[in-house]
Amino acid sequence: MSQGVGVVGLYVRDQEEALQFYVEKLGFRVHTDVKNGDYRWLTVQHPGQPSFQLGLYKPGPPTVDAKTAQTLSEIVAKGAMPPLVLVVDDCREAYKGMRARGVEFTQEPVDRYGSVDASFRDPSGNGWKMIEARKVPS
Amino acid sequence: MNVPPGPDPNLLRRLLRAKDRMDVASHEEWPVARLARVSRVSQAHFARSFKDAFGAPPHRYLLTRRIERAKALLRDTELSITDIAFQTGWKSLGTFGRIFRDVTGESPGQTRAREKADAHPFDRVPACYLIAAHRPNLINAVSEKRRQDAGGKKKTNKKEVP
Repeated sequence: MSQGVGVVGLYVRDQEEALQFYVEKLGFRVHTDVKNGDYRWLTVQHPGQPSFQLGLYKPGPPTVDAKTAQTLSEIVAKGAMPPLVLVVDDCREAYKGMRARGVEFTQEPVDRYGSVDASFRDPSGNGWKMIEARKVPS
Repeated sequence: MNVPPGPDPNLLRRLLRAKDRMDVASHEEWPVARLARVSRVSQAHFARSFKDAFGAPPHRYLLTRRIERAKALLRDTELSITDIAFQTGWKSLGTFGRIFRDVTGESPGQTRAREKADAHPFDRVPACYLIAAHRPNLINAVSEKRRQDAGGKKKTNKKEVP
């Protein structure tokens, strides 16, 4: 696939902390990590999704001014950023492993709408829904 | 670089934890002491900080979440209003009814009646469109019925009429 969405970014409060979270606790891989002065372009990738990168950016100058950065940091910390969805094969198994690694779950796995879902947040406050992929009959 | 004055995002993140806990267990009791502990904030500062962050004091936030859940249960289940009151965290039916009316402007019974009625807005759709829109389902239902009948004892040619 050569066309499509390549990168979608999240705001995080600390890129090092976010890197550890997404790599060590969620099993993502680092795709790009480039520094230029205070600016750091950091993206991670789900091992099963090589065409997509998740950017982990800290709001701040020069991209946005200090006041805007403060506002963005508040919005992230209040959990007001748009929802994110992680699709997994087995929600309960994933929950067990991630919980053991210290992921902050806001909702335990629940059976509903013909699937299983749970919720967790990254250290910054970004909220993820973790949904079990519906089994497609082969 | 001057750091602009504003709430500390780390404090907000901890307050969010209290909000998350209420969201997932709004039927439980959430006195300020418990919430303050979740957020690692002093009890004296918790309510004010929470209101500044999320626009409502913690107690009112909890009530609105309970009402929200109650509304969903009224709409989606056949549970009695008493059961719903207790499942959503109220200790008395009277308090539930009063606060429900305060927040929504109608009684739980009225909400249920209206939601159930709204769930079938078809009476305003001309019948021909309705039939067209439902045709695939109808065919499925009929063939399904035929299949079941064929597998059973007798076969009927009765048509399914909406």
